[in-house]
Amino acid sequence: MNSKNLQDELLRRSGVNPKKCMRCGKCSATCPAYDEMEFHPHQFVYMVETGDIKPLLSSESLYRCLTCFACVDRCPRGVEPAKLVEAVRLSAIRAQGNNRITPDDIPAILDEDIPQQAIVSAFRKYTK
Amino acid sequence: MKLRYFPGCTLKNKARELDLYARKSAEALGITLEEIENWQCCGGVFTTARDEIATKLSSVRALKNAASDSLPLVTVCSACHNVIKQTNFAMQTDIEFADKVNRYLAPEAPYSGECEVYHYLEMLRDLVGFDKISASVKSSLSGKKIAAYYGCLLLRPGSVMKMDDVENPTIMEDLIRSLGGEPVIFAKRNECCGGYVMAESPELAKKSSTAVCENAKAQGADMIITACPLCRYNLIKNGSDIPVVYFTELLAEALGVKEDTDEQ
Repeated sequence: MNSKNLQDELLRRSGVNPKKCMRCGKCSATCPAYDEMEFHPHQFVYMVETGDIKPLLSSESLYRCLTCFACVDRCPRGVEPAKLVEAVRLSAIRAQGNNRITPDDIPAILDEDIPQQAIVSAFRKYTK
Repeated sequence: MKLRYFPGCTLKNKARELDLYARKSAEALGITLEEIENWQCCGGVFTTARDEIATKLSSVRALKNAASDSLPLVTVCSACHNVIKQTNFAMQTDIEFADKVNRYLAPEAPYSGECEVYHYLEMLRDLVGFDKISASVKSSLSGKKIAAYYGCLLLRPGSVMKMDDVENPTIMEDLIRSLGGEPVIFAKRNECCGGYVMAESPELAKKSSTAVCENAKAQGADMIITACPLCRYNLIKNGSDIPVVYFTELLAEALGVKEDTDEQ
């Protein structure tokens, strides 16, 4: 898929309009995963807008987003960056062999108290 | 009053007490929570992508089931509530998505988000009333200092969840007050615990959860309450040494039905 098609698909899938962004950086300032991210929420918005998507597709940042919606609710322009991160992550993990975790990884995560919800959620976000 | 109820996967397993205390307390307040038949797991987290259809069908089935009796659907787990409420919103507002879902499920009548979804806390506030709860208290929390931890899923996104003010919520503090406790306000009460990323980056979960617990302790809290099994797990495992309990346990204790439930 060429860069323009991928950009269109990400915008359609997320429903985000990056042109609304006024570059204030509040999304990244409020992101609890900021320190662990190579590309931050505001960069996702800018890089998708300019078609510089390839670096995002292979970035570890995709797996650090907590989907906590802090950036969604605190954006003064209603850009909703988390939806864009999710759209890019899906493009990455929907490709054959790109599941981030597999059932074989579960035993290492398990302990006696872990809620089912944790495993279910991780699979929902990291695999297809 | 009879309401339909979606417990969710974790409330049947690791968070059994969240479910049992919720049911027992509801009964004591004159509400019967009738579990939906053959419910399926909500999936734990909502996928915001508009082209993710299959992952939202279990929520639509639960919503349709409750709507067929014209009864509100009650959830307790923050995650179930978030997923079901966001899915319902998508069925109301995203015509293309709703059309795909309805064509796949082929129901007799198409579903377009008619069901009313209440979190248990909203049920307490809007259908029971904190005054009535206060009058039903058998064993007051007598000034215990309690920090209400909202986390992310209960409140956000605010335009969809519509439970309370996203940055200055009061619903759990009002509940604590109605039970005779003293609410402790702390800055981190609506920041994420680390969620499912604990599977990917335990350090991030540790950092986030420790910050939440330390902040609550610094504000003088004796205890933290939550509605979310994953928040509770992260705060206990990755946070620091402050008791973290489900809000329903505190409610059952104050209403004098905790011991009945513990015997079950």
